Amino acid sequence: MKKLSMKSTIINFVVLFIVFGILIVLCETGILSNYIKGILMVCCISIIMACSQNITVGYLGQIALGGAGFMGIGAYTAAMITKAMASANILVGDGAPDTLRFLIATLAGGILAAIFGVLVGIPALRLRGDYLAIITLGFGEIIRVVIQNLKFLGGKGFSEGSAGQALVGINRIANLYVVFWVMVVSVALMFTFIRSKYGRAIIAIRNDDIAASASGLNVTFYKVLAFTVSSFFAGIAGGVFAHYIGSLSAASFGWLKSTEYVIMVVFGGMGSLTGSVIAAISLSALPEALREFSNYRMLAYSVALIIVMVYKPTGLLGTYEISVTRLLNRIMGKKEPSLHAIKAEVEASKASEEDKEVQ
Amino acid sequence: MLRVEGLNVFYGAIHALHDISLTVNDGEVVSLIGANGAGKTTTLHTITHLKEAQSGIIEYNGKDLRKAKDNTIISMGMAHVPEGRHVFRDMTVQENLEMGAFILNDKAVIRKNMDMVFEYFPRLLERRRQSAGTLSGGEQQMLATGRALMSNPKIVLMDEPSMGLSPLLVKEIFKIIKTLHANGITVLLVEQNAKMALSIADRAYVLETGSISMSGKASDLLKDENVKKAYLGA
Repeated sequence: MKKLSMKSTIINFVVLFIVFGILIVLCETGILSNYIKGILMVCCISIIMACSQNITVGYLGQIALGGAGFMGIGAYTAAMITKAMASANILVGDGAPDTLRFLIATLAGGILAAIFGVLVGIPALRLRGDYLAIITLGFGEIIRVVIQNLKFLGGKGFSEGSAGQALVGINRIANLYVVFWVMVVSVALMFTFIRSKYGRAIIAIRNDDIAASASGLNVTFYKVLAFTVSSFFAGIAGGVFAHYIGSLSAASFGWLKSTEYVIMVVFGGMGSLTGSVIAAISLSALPEALREFSNYRMLAYSVALIIVMVYKPTGLLGTYEISVTRLLNRIMGKKEPSLHAIKAEVEASKASEEDKEVQ
Repeated sequence: MLRVEGLNVFYGAIHALHDISLTVNDGEVVSLIGANGAGKTTTLHTITHLKEAQSGIIEYNGKDLRKAKDNTIISMGMAHVPEGRHVFRDMTVQENLEMGAFILNDKAVIRKNMDMVFEYFPRLLERRRQSAGTLSGGEQQMLATGRALMSNPKIVLMDEPSMGLSPLLVKEIFKIIKTLHANGITVLLVEQNAKMALSIADRAYVLETGSISMSGKASDLLKDENVKKAYLGA
């Protein structure tokens, strides 16, 4: 869990640019159909969501089931902002202006989701385990129902009792290139967060909250912090989703959606962001890839889940992170420090101490 | 240094601690002995804010600890080694120790404290890149103790350090407490192993179903007939 060195940061970015280059080539030459581009977009959204949920579920070790609610807050906020900006004719136009408008709105969506994360997190995180799962599920549903009934979001008002219209006419200004980088930046930020002192504190709390508080950590603060960061990125994912799909209905942010992302986290490994990335891609792409077998595809999805849970209960990667740097090192034949090397080092340091004593 | 007076603690309707009063002076080793469920751990938890007191005074170097914020206690120089070897299982030994210095920002100081801990526990140096969950029970106890020392405390509250350890390891842990004492660190030691605890302490308190039944010099208590009968098995 060492901090990323400069070298591996550069390596990671080189790899990302290569991936992005391939993506551009595939798109511009028309090899990727719009349908595939859509799937890739969904994959990016799922990656952001799964990683964000991993922060609470995996790293903090608290099962929270309200993720989709925060995604909904982000989605509706961002959609309302781009709509308002469009009607005020601010930053409208193909290319850079639309992209900028999309980014501003998405960021605002993330921020509002984070604010709600704090408000929900403070009371909810006093509980743990199944109680926390239930209370976050409840909060998620409250958010959904409120959105469903708010008049300016297409609802009929709270006294009406029936669901309103979907929020339509959102500019579909999320293009794959921008979404790709939004995803990359989000995941990179989450990585940095987890590797920071704050991330360390969060993992410490998952391991042992008594020891954490004995070490002077403000346990409640770090729990709420993790939940807030998680909500922020769920909001970002929501903002991207809104501008990809073009119309929003509150029903798509129910608890089933939350569960879907928690499944991705469990599938990929609780406490592994790269695991979440892999799980998000495979679990979003799998149902699409199996479209030919229409009726059986959900069966295949379930079977895949069961197989992983039976043979690898910690998820695909457990808490292991895939590292390109490590892979390169292995290819180049550089070894990681073995136990033997550590022993030698210890011996050396002991010997030097003895030297000092002799002097 | 530490003064507790008239402390009352409840778990729901159960009155766990009745008017507990004790003092720990600078540089002393004070033992708190008693049977299972007597309230020893509760006393420590109340001092370090893991449990709230109903009434009473907890004063540390003249400051009211009951009003202090939870996470400032350690920066006031009071470290707590919780009962039952609480270590961060997924982290390496070194990372565990770094967590103990979480409140410190000066890297040079952290480095210095870590060297000090490795001097106390050479075993931890050997295993510093191993994850804490794979350590043996004794090593985990050493790690928990070492982690508490990382904040450079003036007083260490130790909760049942001998629990579940082999007699040989118990001796080793107690040797460490003696060394701490010799280095001027104050220790409040909670123990079931009364013989060991009394043999290294300056003074001791005997806790019986939530109230202090006896107190005095450890060497006197070691000779006391009642203590012998109840706790020393002689």
